[in-house]
Amino acid sequence: MELLVAIAIGTLTSSGVYLMLRQRSFPVILGLSLLSYAVNLFIFAAGRLAPDLPPIISKTALGYTDPLPQALVLTAIVISFGMTAVLVIMAIGAYLTSGADDVALTQAPTDEGQA
Amino acid sequence: MSLALIAALPFIGALVAALASRFGRTAATLAASACTATALAAILAYLPQVLAGTVVTTRFDWLPQLGLNAEFRLDGLGVLFAILILGIGLLIQLYARFYLDSSDPYGRFITFLMLFQGAMLGIVISDNILLLLVFWEMTSLSSFLLIGYWNHLAAGRQGARMALAITGGGGLAMIAGMLLLGQIAGSYTLSDILSQREVIQASPLYLPALLLILTGAFAKSAQFPFHFWLPHAMAAPTPVSAYLHSATMVKAGLFLMARLWPVLSGTEAWFLIVATTGLLTMAFAAKVALFKDDLKAILAYSTVSHLGLITFLFGLGTEAAALAAVFHILCHATFKAALFMVAGIVDHEAHTRDIRLLGGLRRVMPVTFVLATIATLSMAGVPLLNGFLSKEMMLEEAAHTAWLGNSWIVPAMATLAAMLSVGYALRFLVQGFLGTSRNDDSYSPHDPSWGLLASPALLAVLVVAIGLMPMTLAAWLVDSASAAVTGATPKAYIKLWHGLESPALYMSLLAFGGGFILLGSYDRLRALWEATPRPEAKALFDTSLNGLTRAARALTERMHDGDLARSFALAIVTMLVLAAYAFGSGSHVAGSRALTPVPLDVGAAWLVLALASLAATVMHHRRLLSLLLVGIIGLILSAGFAYLAAPDLALTQITVEVVTVVLMLLALNFLPATTPRETTALRKLRDGAVAVAAGLGTTLLAFALLTREAAFAPISAFHLAQSKPGAGGTNAVNTIIVDFRGFDTYGEIIVLGIAAILIFALVEGLLVTKWRIIPPATDPDAGDAHPVMLRVATRFILPIAMMVGTYLFLRGHNQPGGGFVAGLVFAIGLVMQYMASGIEWTSARRRYPYQTVIGAGVLIASATGIGSWIAGRPFLTSNYGYFHIPLVGEVELATAALFDLGVFLCVLGAVMLALDAIARLAKGAN
Repeated sequence: MELLVAIAIGTLTSSGVYLMLRQRSFPVILGLSLLSYAVNLFIFAAGRLAPDLPPIISKTALGYTDPLPQALVLTAIVISFGMTAVLVIMAIGAYLTSGADDVALTQAPTDEGQA
Repeated sequence: MSLALIAALPFIGALVAALASRFGRTAATLAASACTATALAAILAYLPQVLAGTVVTTRFDWLPQLGLNAEFRLDGLGVLFAILILGIGLLIQLYARFYLDSSDPYGRFITFLMLFQGAMLGIVISDNILLLLVFWEMTSLSSFLLIGYWNHLAAGRQGARMALAITGGGGLAMIAGMLLLGQIAGSYTLSDILSQREVIQASPLYLPALLLILTGAFAKSAQFPFHFWLPHAMAAPTPVSAYLHSATMVKAGLFLMARLWPVLSGTEAWFLIVATTGLLTMAFAAKVALFKDDLKAILAYSTVSHLGLITFLFGLGTEAAALAAVFHILCHATFKAALFMVAGIVDHEAHTRDIRLLGGLRRVMPVTFVLATIATLSMAGVPLLNGFLSKEMMLEEAAHTAWLGNSWIVPAMATLAAMLSVGYALRFLVQGFLGTSRNDDSYSPHDPSWGLLASPALLAVLVVAIGLMPMTLAAWLVDSASAAVTGATPKAYIKLWHGLESPALYMSLLAFGGGFILLGSYDRLRALWEATPRPEAKALFDTSLNGLTRAARALTERMHDGDLARSFALAIVTMLVLAAYAFGSGSHVAGSRALTPVPLDVGAAWLVLALASLAATVMHHRRLLSLLLVGIIGLILSAGFAYLAAPDLALTQITVEVVTVVLMLLALNFLPATTPRETTALRKLRDGAVAVAAGLGTTLLAFALLTREAAFAPISAFHLAQSKPGAGGTNAVNTIIVDFRGFDTYGEIIVLGIAAILIFALVEGLLVTKWRIIPPATDPDAGDAHPVMLRVATRFILPIAMMVGTYLFLRGHNQPGGGFVAGLVFAIGLVMQYMASGIEWTSARRRYPYQTVIGAGVLIASATGIGSWIAGRPFLTSNYGYFHIPLVGEVELATAALFDLGVFLCVLGAVMLALDAIARLAKGAN
């Protein structure tokens, strides 16, 4: 199981990184989503794998998995939605106003643009 | 009055004056002066105590673990400086009221001035060096604003920038030095540090700390080679120059040398660095002052020279010299502030400060002339004025000082500097006020109104009074201040006549004789000066600054050339290289943790995930397909979380997945449906290699992590043990979120709220911008946009979704669920209404704007947190109890549930605001 989880993290990372290196906004956003999955899974894995031992306190439980990484990942999942949403609106805005959905500037930035 | 309150008064004044400035300049001045005067009165109220030798302290713990506390102290040195800062501050406020033109934004001026005053006052009454550093940096920033006050003048902007670069750069060195000092002494509290002279001077870190601290102090006090910013700061309005360069800013460096004198001085290094720098600066700047033509430039270099004099005295390291230094700080502040104000008056009346165009002002401005004479002669060191007394003391000290075994060089340099200063002082007076006017323009200068004359007049009176009665007027203050510096109990015996055997008398006579000769042969000297090549500090500074800017820009542009993919690739490759290095330089053993078995169905799900991930990558040109594949990955992940004993994560992942996919589907309405194939095979290969390397690395890392036990015992043992007894819930994940780490969550919902508001703002902006692309209208052949079946079904689903959400919310503390998931479930129910019935129908039935929902969530969460304060406990401390409700039975209520309600509202509002934003865009497109 550990190996499968590790490979899943790696696969998601690879796909995410490859898509992030594309030239258009939509694949980049998808890539970031995939990378978020990988990162969340990795943080979750920091608590080690313990199927059947949910961190719900009860008298009959044999033990508990580590709840802290779960709490961290839970908020991270919601925050990554917020991040994705901001990126999506920025991508739409850039496309509608400039007519292109490239993520690379086609001309060098000017001083005015930087200020 | 508490010292902390005194320290706050100027800042309160800044605020009040800014508000009062809309009622005119007089109102603003009165408001500011009231605060300054109150602070001064409060300081004076401590005077009897401080003069009796008590050190008044106040302390508030702020971050005691880091040694950072709001600690204040008031001793003799602090009192002297506080009186200068606040007293001269009052005079400047009066002067500035009449000096500045009605077209100048006065509110801004007085606000900056008060901020600066607060920063300076903070420096001199801090008892914690970290706090002192904060105030120190604030003086750099606020003086930047003051010097650049006339921001329409290029000289003003450049002068301000230079002052900030030099004093701010020195401030960085100062921070490092102070941290070292605190490290050596084991405390950041000044009182503790000051008692550890032996420990500090024996430390190997003494020299680095000394050098860094002195760099900061010298930069602030314009000592060679950092002196050049001060003359350029003269572009500021004259009240600013008078304040910054007589009593305050430039004295901050001196103050620091005095403050740390007990622990830093007395070593060979201290003497050689400080005394030499001071002596050099004193002589060098006096020479430059002689050849300047702008009245303010003469005064600027004169200030540098006098700062050098004081630095020199501190550098000598003897108690008598320190006493002389403290006395000269007082004397210099009085006559130099008066002189700057006089220069301002001349500028105001004659419309020039160029001494070559002035002359003959004696007749038309008699009062100003009298004031100028008194202050100038004091600067030159003429008997019966206060400048004479402290200069004599300096010469006396210099006469007995040997430098590296040489006993004549220090007295000679000191006499030379005194001679030059007589020279430029006489020139200021003679060429400025005597003779006939060389200014042929039509302005008819005359003495200004009392408002401009009052402040310099009062200072001139002080100059004379202290000169005549030093023992009555100044000795007690100087005694007390120098006692605070040296720790000894000196008894200043300041007198006019030291007797014929005093070497200072002859040095003084020599200086006067020489000064007259300098003035007499001025034209020849001037020609010589003009003919001598000399390095221009400003040009050097500009060249090096431009070089730095170019280098920084070149580096930035190479790293961020506007190509996002390239920036990503650079970052990822850097991480890979660092990781490979870390991996290669360590030792490796296989992990020993027992592996978990894989059931068949889990293996199959894993295979789907891996294939979907690969397919989404390979087929990313077809955007809809790749989005659906990403959705499948999310679903499998949530199933995986459920299997791996993380039910809360499973719930969150699946609900977030739904809203994310809906959001992206909506986004695809606006964006192109496919990604063009435009990259070269080589580039694909390169990106693929980077991606595979990153994936392999994370796989290895994750596997290594998973097959080992944690290196340290996880802290969550505490959370598990305390979940029920401490937080009153059995769901440990939820109790961590809403209770143990509630403050984290509090921050996170605020971030989420900000992201949503940002989206709202972006859409508002987009709706008023011209679009180059108009998204295609819906294809009429695609069928009914709002099918009846769907509409009816979603109406039924909404209450069910709400019921499920409420259920998940209520049980969240004990079972999987909670505010995050509940908010998402509610959001899904509402989003379905948008999809089935359209934005018009849904918006018409929405009672509260989503921004309000987010705001309410944050407010409820905040109120829950603040509620703990009322109970006398830290922010967000939760409480719970069991209540018996008729019919329902025993019910547990926890304040954490209220906090969770805030989370719920925030998440609901944020998700809806984001989706609503896209819906509004679609509406805007039609």
